[in-house]
Amino acid sequence: MIEFRGVTKRFPDGTVAVDDLDLQVRDGGITVFVGPSGCGKTTSLRMVNRMIDPTSGTILVNGTDVMKSDAAELRRGIGYVIQQAGLFPHRTILDNVATVPLLLGWDRKKARTRAAELMETVGLVPEMAGRYPGQLSGGQQQRVGVARALAADPPVLLMDEPFSAVDPVVRESLQDELLKLQSELGKTIVFVTHDIDEAVKLGDRVAVFRVGGKLAQYDEPGVLLSRPADDFVDNFVGRDRGYRGLSFLSSEALPLGELRTAHCGERAEEGWTLVVDPDDRPLGWHHDRAGGGTVDVEDLVPGGSLYDTADGSLRSALDAALSSPSGQGVAVDGDGRAVGSVAADDVLSALADVRRAEAAA
Amino acid sequence: MTWVLGNLPLIGSLTLEHLAFALPPVVLGLVLAVPLGWLANRTRVGRTVTINVAGLLYTIPSLALFVLIPPLLGTRILDVANVYVALTVYTVALLVRTVADALSAVPPIVVNSATAMGYTPFRRFAAVELQLSIPVVVAGLRVAAVSSISLVTVGAVIGFGGLGKMFTDGFQRDIPAEIITGIVLVLVLAVIVDGLLLFLGRVFTPWDRIGAGRGRR
Repeated sequence: MIEFRGVTKRFPDGTVAVDDLDLQVRDGGITVFVGPSGCGKTTSLRMVNRMIDPTSGTILVNGTDVMKSDAAELRRGIGYVIQQAGLFPHRTILDNVATVPLLLGWDRKKARTRAAELMETVGLVPEMAGRYPGQLSGGQQQRVGVARALAADPPVLLMDEPFSAVDPVVRESLQDELLKLQSELGKTIVFVTHDIDEAVKLGDRVAVFRVGGKLAQYDEPGVLLSRPADDFVDNFVGRDRGYRGLSFLSSEALPLGELRTAHCGERAEEGWTLVVDPDDRPLGWHHDRAGGGTVDVEDLVPGGSLYDTADGSLRSALDAALSSPSGQGVAVDGDGRAVGSVAADDVLSALADVRRAEAAA
Repeated sequence: MTWVLGNLPLIGSLTLEHLAFALPPVVLGLVLAVPLGWLANRTRVGRTVTINVAGLLYTIPSLALFVLIPPLLGTRILDVANVYVALTVYTVALLVRTVADALSAVPPIVVNSATAMGYTPFRRFAAVELQLSIPVVVAGLRVAAVSSISLVTVGAVIGFGGLGKMFTDGFQRDIPAEIITGIVLVLVLAVIVDGLLLFLGRVFTPWDRIGAGRGRR
């Protein structure tokens, strides 16, 4: 576990980057430090592996004061992923990944075998092993950065705005893979970002910092969205927080309605009908003014987002209802088969139930 | 041409002697320039002082240096050490700035990430900063080596050997063929050594030849 106790960092020019920070990072989850620039989030992160030393206060990693351990040795035991990856341009991808094992004194063969495993873990093809970082795209470089940080299997991983320099599409897939990786490896991850959406998506717990290095709120992301501690957090969390907060509310209690479906070539009834393939997967909507028309695959109205009941939130249910041309959201099971419909009104009443339950608790 | 064919053994031994004068100071100069270049980057004042002193040293005429060194070091006028010291001084003067520039051009993000991986400062310098400086340092080294090869000829004026002896001897005995051969050989030596360094530099920096260069930023 990582613990900050009354940690302050004052730079020589007098700027207070971190002001009396008390914070505990839980084991085995992703804790996100988020805030505007100059809020001390990165400084706080870097004090964990002594890239920056605190002015006062104590930082404990697994109960040991970091200032009492040898800096280089401490760093070898903590994975670190830096913005823009910071790979060694003069080393091959394989040797980049093998860096920390080699520093720890593993023999070269063992370190390289381990590095090859890690490349696979983060989704890099073996052909890349002999290339140099300059030959890789930004997203690939960042994968190498993650593999390098994981190579010696450290229990703690520090990630300093790792995905901020890649384009949005790549960023999203890297985020998804990080979540997957975390669920498989169970590392304790501290992740710094200035992007509240990224924070809310990745964090099990989110620490919002304000300018001047003060901790404004430290909570689960759902709580952050539904109950911001003050105006600063409210502002920082941004627009649509009520809607985004629905992501964190389970849709278990949401009732599914009837859904009229038809296959291609069948005769349609009057109104909206969901057209499905032979496996019951949604293809699109058919609209018939009077009824009796034939469902034609060439003539479908595109459907909206799908509400996946397997890991559904009220947000995906509401979005399915709002984006559907028929007004009926399409609910699918884990295999993508249409199983029923959701209505916006039902989502709102489910939300009211959750609120009542919370108020009673 | 007849002169050349008749004096092959002499030409051979003078060429070897020339290389023996010219190359060790380049190696020694490089070894000295690396820590000095590193030191120069520590402080702004250090950098200004080092680079200006280096520049100043390089402006001392070589003949003057050959003559000045014996009284300074207490060596005899024809001691080989004089040539080594003089040429080492020139090499250091040329390379300190190159090394300092090369080291300061290493991207800070790479140095930071090396620190964060757990490199101790010394190991990091050897494994990261120095290696990333190779392309720039080799470029400087090529200039230093060529300049050293050419400067050795000046030593012949005060009686040292090497290919310069063919200039003085050819001039005194009026053998133009000897002078021309000397000039051509100095040029050929310079081209060969330069090419060799270029080749070695490439062998040691396979990463520097890839299309995208040093990462994309």
